[in-house]
Amino acid sequence: MALIDLANPTRFLSLSGRALPWLAGATALAFACGFWLAAGAPDDYQQGATVKIMFIHVPSAWLAMFGWMVMSLSALGTLVWLHPLADTAAKAAAPIGAAFTLICLITGALWGRPMWGTYWVWDARLTSVFVLFLMYLGVIALWRTFDDPSRAGRAAAILTLVGAINIPIIKFSVDWWNTLHQPASVVKMSGPAIHPTILWPLLTMALAFTLLFITLHLAAMRNEILKRRIRSLSMMQADAAPGR
Amino acid sequence: MDLGPHSTFIIAAYGASAFILVLLIGWIAVENRMLKRQLADFEARGITRRSAVRKDTQTEPSRSPA
Repeated sequence: MALIDLANPTRFLSLSGRALPWLAGATALAFACGFWLAAGAPDDYQQGATVKIMFIHVPSAWLAMFGWMVMSLSALGTLVWLHPLADTAAKAAAPIGAAFTLICLITGALWGRPMWGTYWVWDARLTSVFVLFLMYLGVIALWRTFDDPSRAGRAAAILTLVGAINIPIIKFSVDWWNTLHQPASVVKMSGPAIHPTILWPLLTMALAFTLLFITLHLAAMRNEILKRRIRSLSMMQADAAPGR
Repeated sequence: MDLGPHSTFIIAAYGASAFILVLLIGWIAVENRMLKRQLADFEARGITRRSAVRKDTQTEPSRSPA
């Protein structure tokens, strides 16, 4: 099967419909393993049991950025390759990315209070993630301001590509500026700086969160395709109405 | 499992995450059901997409007995 086959919404609905139950099952299994490993993970020598918050905070932070990257790639698909499903993919990813960003912000604040003594500081990492959350809300709002999905898709694609500049800022903010947030400890050139007893639950939860993102993204894309079909049927009905 | 002196923060973090994810999953699932119902309603009234009509017309000869 060629990638171009997925450009057909009907073909996409058929393939995703077959893949979704398997993805949902894999997600549930990965979460079961992740929670089991997280429950058995030892306390950190500095953080104590609050290290367990990291098992949801870190994956949600990764997926907050991943969501915007998916949207950026889709934006290129809309503007450069004119892929018929690209803006569907971008629109579907926005609320999911926003949800993971919100989880990242809330869990980070709940970890920060006992560890840093405060829920929030306006340091570069926290502020840039908050900006990412606002950008997600902005893109969702922009989609709702247009009646025509293809016009909305182009406008949202431009905003998404402009906003993509925030992703490297989030990633490298802890290196470029003096922040309260600790530097990277998993994805770094010298390898992870975390003990395997904490690293494995973290990576398993990251896999579970990623599978959940993919599952929800496919489901939301299917909804978006159905919405567009309903929109075109409504227009056909309006055209066929007597008196036109 | 002993969550230590900061158990409230740990439980709140997991609770808030679960709440947000359940809302997201529920929203997508409910919307899907609603959209399928609307599409079925259109079909019941005989309003179908042009491409679906074309496909039916193209496959018609093969379905009819020779």
